Parts: sequence; C-alpha cells; structure tokens
Amino acid sequence: MNNMSKGARIAIYIGLIFWMLVNLFPVYWMFTFSLKDNAEIFGENVVGLPRHWLWSNYTSALKTGHIGVYFLNSTIVAVTTILITLAVALMATFALTRLIWKRRKTLNKFFMLGLTIPIHASIVPVYVTLSRLHLLNTYWALIIPYSAFSLSMAILVCTGFMNEIPRELDESACIDGCSIWGIFFRIIVPLMKPAVATVGIYTFLQCWNELMFANIFISKSSLKTLPVGIQALSGQYTTEWGPIGAALCLATFPTLILYIFLSRKIQESFIAGAVKG
Amino acid sequence: MADCAVSPKVKAALLRLSRDPGGTASPYTGRKITMHKIYSNKLHILIFLLPALILFCGVLIAPIGASLYYSFFDWKGIGAKTFIGLANYKELFTSNSIGFMKALRNSLLLALLSVFLQLPLALGLALTLGKNIKGERMFLSVYFMPVLISTVVIGQLWLKIYNPDYGILNVFLRKIGLESWTRIWLGDKNTALGAVFVPTLWQYVGYHMLLLYAGVKSVPMELREAAMLDGATDAQVNRYIVLPYIKPILRISVIFAVTGSLKSFDLIYVLTNGGPRHATEVPSTLMINMLFLRNRYGMGSTIAVMLIILCFGFALLISAMFREEE
Repeated sequence: MNNMSKGARIAIYIGLIFWMLVNLFPVYWMFTFSLKDNAEIFGENVVGLPRHWLWSNYTSALKTGHIGVYFLNSTIVAVTTILITLAVALMATFALTRLIWKRRKTLNKFFMLGLTIPIHASIVPVYVTLSRLHLLNTYWALIIPYSAFSLSMAILVCTGFMNEIPRELDESACIDGCSIWGIFFRIIVPLMKPAVATVGIYTFLQCWNELMFANIFISKSSLKTLPVGIQALSGQYTTEWGPIGAALCLATFPTLILYIFLSRKIQESFIAGAVKG
Repeated sequence: MADCAVSPKVKAALLRLSRDPGGTASPYTGRKITMHKIYSNKLHILIFLLPALILFCGVLIAPIGASLYYSFFDWKGIGAKTFIGLANYKELFTSNSIGFMKALRNSLLLALLSVFLQLPLALGLALTLGKNIKGERMFLSVYFMPVLISTVVIGQLWLKIYNPDYGILNVFLRKIGLESWTRIWLGDKNTALGAVFVPTLWQYVGYHMLLLYAGVKSVPMELREAAMLDGATDAQVNRYIVLPYIKPILRISVIFAVTGSLKSFDLIYVLTNGGPRHATEVPSTLMINMLFLRNRYGMGSTIAVMLIILCFGFALLISAMFREEE
C-alpha cells in the first residue's frame, strides 16, 4: 500500500467507498421507508430521513401482519434445529475421531457428501414422507430436514476442533474412572465451545433465512416462519409500503445485531463452512 | 468447570502434539489397554453414530434414490403410479411447453455472469482489502452484510426498487431526465431476466470476497516481501504469488458460483416466480411449479435428478479444469 502513488490510493478508496454505499443503501432505504407514510415514500421524500417517525407501521406489522408470530416460529425452529444438530454432530464426531474401528475415514467422507447435495434432491421424497407421517404443518417438518442438512457442515467443523483436543485428557479421565459418557460429557463437550459457537451461528442463519422448505412444508398461517410470513404479508399490503418495510426490518435486525457483535465469529463460520465444500 | 481445571494440561499437551504431529497415527500409547477397551466397544460406537446415520440417510441419502425412482413414473402424488420408463426425461428435453431447456439456459447464463462478473469483482475487493488497507475490517464487514440478510427480505426490497410507479430506480431515472429509460423492469420480458440477475449477483459478491480474502490473508508475509525485494510491482505480486497460492479457494468459489446459479431459487421466486411468460424461469422454479401447481410429482422428481447430476457434474468438471492447469 505504501509504495503506491497518492492518486492511485485515492482512486482505490473512492472505489471501496462506492461499493460500500451500494451495499448499505438498500438497508438504509428499507429502514427509512419502514417509518414513513405512503405520501413520503411515493414522492415527497423518497430517500431522505422520515419527517415524522411513524412507529405505527411497526405496530401494524406486528398486530395485523402477525410478524410477532412468525418471529416466534422462526426462533423455535432455529433453536431446536441448532440443539439437535449440535447433539447429533458432537456424538458422531466423537465416534469418528476418538473411537477405534475400521472404516471411520470412509464414513467421514460419506458424511461430507452432504456438503454438495442440493436441498432440491430431497424435496419430493421428504414431502411425501412427512405427509404420510402427518408431520406437515408441524415444526418438525422443518426441524428434521434443517438438522439433516446442517449435519455435514457441523461434523466438518467439530472434527477439526476435536482433533485438537489432546488424547492425554481422555486417558487421564479414563484412569480417574470416567466412563465413556463421562469422558464425552465432562471432558470433550466442554472443550468444544468454539466449535459449538461456529456451528450454532451458521445453522441459525441457514434456518432463519430458508425459504423453499418453509414455503412448501408449512401452509398453516400460525406456523409460518419469517421468510414465508413476509411473503404472505406483502400479498396482504400491496399498496401500503410502510408496514412491509417494518416487517422487513423486524426480520433483519436480529441478524444484523448479532453481526455487529459477532462479525468476526460469523465470518469465520462461513469460511469454515466452505473450506471443504 | 472442567475446562478451567484442565487448561494448563491442555496447553502442555498441545505443545507436545505440535512437536509430534504424527502422534495421531498411534493415538493411545501408554495406558493402551483400558482406553482401547472402552473406545473399541461396538455398542458404544453404534450408540454414538446412530442418530447421525438415521438423520443423514433418512433425509439426504435415501431421498436421492427415491427421487430417481419417482422420476420413472407418472404420478400425481396420490393414487397409483404408472411406470413410464424414461418418458419424463424425454419430455423434459424435447417439450417446448415445459421449457426446461430455456430454464437451463437462463441458469447457465447466470452461472457465466457469476463467474465472469461477480467473481472478478469479489477477487478485486479481496486483493485490495488483503493489502492492510486502512479500514480493512469495516469494509470487509459491510461487504459481507448482504449475505446475512434473508433472500426474501432482499427480494421484497428489490421489488420496491423496481416498482414501475414509485420504485426508486424509475424515480431516479425521471429525476435525471431519462424518462424514456423507465421500464416495468420485472414485467417486461426483455428486461426481467437482467433485473432478476442484478440482486442475485449483488447479494453474493461479499460471500466470494470473504472466502478469497481469507485465502489472500493466508499468503505468508515472507513470500510477499521476498517478491517486493526483487522489485515486483503490486500487480506482479498478485499475479505470480497470491493467485497461485489461493488457487484451491478460487476453485471452491467457481464451483459455488456455478452450482449456486444452477440451484438458484429464492430471489427469483420472490421477484417473478419465473414470469413474465417464463422469461426468468430457472430449473428450481420450474420444479416447484411442476410439483405444487400441476401435481406432476414424476416430472418434478426428474428435474430434481437433473439438478443433482448437473451440480455434481459441473463440480467435477471445474475441479478437473483446475487440476489440468497445474
């Protein structure tokens, strides 16, 4: 950077700042129109800050738009998925990295296939099976497929972290009389916190934003997750933009707030999820 | 907590491991007998693996077989299935009313734009940010932000941007006196495809940038410095040191760009759902319409199978191309 001419450096910064505005503008615009009435959005004040901060848009998105319900559903689905994914992945990783048996490398590769399988591959059979088990229109219709599709990435990340835990710990725990469950729950799991955070964050974002399964497996309004709920809301409010903007903000802010505090960890989790892809 | 108590031990053990990285090959030296007994117990292995195997095979592996099986049938989802062999595949590739070839062409065009427009932009940003520029972290975090926002939110936002009457794009064009340029962007079959591609490409620039940036940052400083001492310019360092070094990540990025384009669904579903008159149809939107509008489960499965084959095929092809170059 230092060996560059001043002109080149200025040009680079102009480019970087321009691209930053391209990324920030839609979010800024979304936030401002969520607080405006139609008159402002449609002509008087298209891009400026709202003249009257119309918080009532948020109340109508929550009350008549049921965003609160969708928000709760998304949270329930995401949290349960994270818990199941972590429990299943930690157990499997323990067997894949610690326990002694033939072909564990082969099985690890088998699980890694999941990183490349598109969700489209399973949509028809999973739909048919869920419908036969009468699980359509329940939270499980989303939690089960989401957990399964998060599993490969979770095992990938957990394997990396678990291999770094020295085996001497297992040995000393064993000498102290720990059973296999003791070793797993008291030695391994507590040391896996960084992996748990990475997997948790990545899985949360995948669940929170997923549309295709959520759209097809859930049709009951009271069980819809945010992405589907917002779609429904926008059909309901075609002429009034304020409440839609408010709904979009309500769906986005949890993610953005998480991102402000955990930006490094979130970025790491995306890198970890891709490295072996 | 257990981890606090063992922390010095962990450090000591890690130190030993770092001196003996091959130690993993013969893991349980010393008190081999007890450990070995517990860790090779077949029942334990089964208990720890079973949940993952059930979930993984039940939801990912078995359905691939089932999709393949359904694709040989004419089936409405309920009632009897009629075996029709390869007729679904034949119809898929020849029927104009289904328009699979057109959908495939659209997604391949998106893949091309993704590789030759989105990736170079992402690479440029990654190379620039990788040079210890002031504000590096801030730029990186802002550029990555659109990846985290739900595609439905982004779709709804762009619906508003493209709105013919009040959308910010047309309003802007009118303001600067280009009234004649205004369009019904998503409703005009000449502009719809482009209008759908812009947000799709825009949203994931940050994702590719992040992966490539991580690669650029992993280039050892000595390599860079040595080249600089030899009088290499910035461009030369990038071309001869950084790019060869991050080739594995470039390969991943290209694979993601292409398979991601083939699978693309969310934004197109929100913006146009394949319309107007199939102008923006891609295989995924076609598949969903086959399944849940026309109840053609056999045909829907056929499209799913084609998507799996295409994704794996392109991933292998791209990997082979990268190997060829070496």
